[in-house]
Amino acid sequence: MHVMDLLYARAQMGLSLAFHILFAAAGIALPLLMVLSDLKARWTRDPDYTALSVKLAKGTAILFAVGAVSGTVLSFELGLLWPGFMGTWGEVIGLPFALEGTAFFTEAVFLGIYLYGRDRISPGLHLFSGVMVALSGAASAFFVTLVNTFMNDPVGFTLTAGGPVDVDPVAAMFSPGWVHQTSHTLLACYQASAFAMVGIHALVLLRHPGLAFHRKALSVALPLACLSALVQPLVGHQSAEHVARAQPVKLAAAEGLFQTQRGAPLSVGGLPDVETGTMRYALELPRGLSLLAFSDPNAEVKGLDAFPRDEWPPVTKVHLAFQVMVGAGSAMALLALVTLVLRWRRGAWPEGRRMLGAWLVCGPLGAVAMEAGWLVTEWGRQPWILRGVMRTADAVTPVGSLAVPFWTFTLVYLFLGVMVVFLLVRQVAGTVPHARAPHEVAHAH
Amino acid sequence: MPTELLLGGVLVAALVLYALFGGADFGGGVWDLLASGPRQARQRELIARALGPVWEVNHVWLILAVVILFSAFPRAFAALSVSLHVPLTLLLLGIVFRGTAFTFRTYDARADRVQRRWGLVFSGASVLSPALLGLCVGAMAGGELGAGERGLFSGWLSPFALAVGVFALCLFAFLAAVYLTAETNEPALQEDFRRRALGAGVAVFVAALGVLVLARGGAPRVWVGLTTSSYALALHGATAVVAVLAFSLLLTRRFAWARVAAAAQVGLIVAGWAASQYPYLVVPDLTLQSAAASPVSQRVLLMALAVGAALIFPSLLLLFRVFRAPPRTS
Repeated sequence: MHVMDLLYARAQMGLSLAFHILFAAAGIALPLLMVLSDLKARWTRDPDYTALSVKLAKGTAILFAVGAVSGTVLSFELGLLWPGFMGTWGEVIGLPFALEGTAFFTEAVFLGIYLYGRDRISPGLHLFSGVMVALSGAASAFFVTLVNTFMNDPVGFTLTAGGPVDVDPVAAMFSPGWVHQTSHTLLACYQASAFAMVGIHALVLLRHPGLAFHRKALSVALPLACLSALVQPLVGHQSAEHVARAQPVKLAAAEGLFQTQRGAPLSVGGLPDVETGTMRYALELPRGLSLLAFSDPNAEVKGLDAFPRDEWPPVTKVHLAFQVMVGAGSAMALLALVTLVLRWRRGAWPEGRRMLGAWLVCGPLGAVAMEAGWLVTEWGRQPWILRGVMRTADAVTPVGSLAVPFWTFTLVYLFLGVMVVFLLVRQVAGTVPHARAPHEVAHAH
Repeated sequence: MPTELLLGGVLVAALVLYALFGGADFGGGVWDLLASGPRQARQRELIARALGPVWEVNHVWLILAVVILFSAFPRAFAALSVSLHVPLTLLLLGIVFRGTAFTFRTYDARADRVQRRWGLVFSGASVLSPALLGLCVGAMAGGELGAGERGLFSGWLSPFALAVGVFALCLFAFLAAVYLTAETNEPALQEDFRRRALGAGVAVFVAALGVLVLARGGAPRVWVGLTTSSYALALHGATAVVAVLAFSLLLTRRFAWARVAAAAQVGLIVAGWAASQYPYLVVPDLTLQSAAASPVSQRVLLMALAVGAALIFPSLLLLFRVFRAPPRTS
């Protein structure tokens, strides 16, 4: 086993997940937006909302297909890269995977009916299929996040030298912290997709002001974006409180807290220096961390010094990813607040250039925060694949030459990513009148 | 019945369904590649129309089989993932390009040339994937996999495994051609695919003979199972009967029934392979019993699968009914 092979295996798994997460999130949230615009089309009898739903359905079809195949790759990679983990723990954590498979199956069936059945089935059954796609998409995200919760907090078995005994798959599936992690993840999927959609339509409106179709699209996506952006910090806070108790070393790394202390400060930004065990350039809010993590300004927070050096996660990476997530989340919450205040005062969704610009800038932040948050939980669990039980290095495949699959899949995913962006740009471009400025369109009428 | 036997049965059932639906989709890709004659474009259109609404669903049977394998027989999943690392990785690439190319082609209907390029990727991947899948099955049965520490390419590149790969490719192409005869009402197109089905049927027969001849040396345990186990013998006998039936139904142009017979043939072949290999999951290292998860895990998994089946099968029926019916408006 070459040392580099472990790095390549981790990089390949990380890349596959980072890629898949984007498409999975879209597969969960776009169906909801698609159903919402179907419902709006029913209430308002406005064909633009039907057109929007058709556009969203096409986008979903493209993203779902890529999500389906990248998900297949992941199910094989569990064994191709981590046979040591799956061979021993597959039976403990197989249950949520099986349920996720079922949910995914249901999603694929109803997506097929929804996409190809618009003029074959009754409108009621069509809407029902859309709802089923949205529900089963959410269910599959829920189940697969439970697997990750288990890896962070393994329970439901007794560990012996020969492996796990007294296995209780149901207990393993609902390990402590499942409520926080699943709700945080699901919200992130809706938030990332809704922000991306708002960003895209804001861009079109900035270049072609007044296009009714895109204003209506904003009115579908903005409520979900604002709601998720405002609820997410609260859910994230509860999740952090749980991590503070259950995985203190992850919190210490995320906050760059080297020394255990009472009344620990909250470090905003900054760069941890692992050699000297200090934080540099950080803005420190006195007692902030103790207050946030334990609701008590004088509570003791465990620092990295409370843990053996070889069980530290990569501190700098975890801290930076955490800062990116919190920073992006705060920016989105602020924008959502401003938007809702304007909506309340004017009685209509704001569409001034400044607000559109802000939404355009924040459009990618949902996806950024989601990827960063996922990196926090994964890097923050290292060096363990199963916290406290199995090290990542002990799970990796003995097969060598892992650089080859890593670079192969990197190129493939890069290519697919470019293609998807290209196709989605075309879908959006199809809604913009070509070579005609808006005032000319107005003249034509 | 012991739970591991039940789970083994569910695993085989998932593989049968994957062969019947996902396999036929691969076969469709093969005929997309080999489309020819005056109706070349119409052939491709028919294939795309048949695949469009269902390929993602059909594909999920494979994911389900993988999940059952690693939840119910984790040690077998780990051992196979190590020893079949190279062909499984190649299979994944095939699956990725097949699915994405098909979708990109469907939603990027602008320039013919670009579309044709995606079509080539789609159909090329459709040829590669089933051959690799068959190769992996052949290697599982071959008994040369060992611990996988002898090199990336040992254990699975045997003549027997290669023959099973060719056999799987021919079989899926045959299945797809038979299905496609019943997917259209246009007599000329039906004839196109009838001729293709008959040709592929002959290829299936030749490849099966090759597999059989090579099995004696290449998969000795399976050969013993094949020739002595009464279950396996009964299954292979039944396979021969429905194969002849499918062929004669094709000759007499009873396409709806030919479809049923061809599906039965493929299902029996997969079941027959499983029966010949029983009780081994990975010959000769792991059996169904020695690779199985703890009894509690098995029972919980069976319950989850029962709940899943109660949800999936009615939904599937709805999907197939929707696309059997003519469009409401046109």
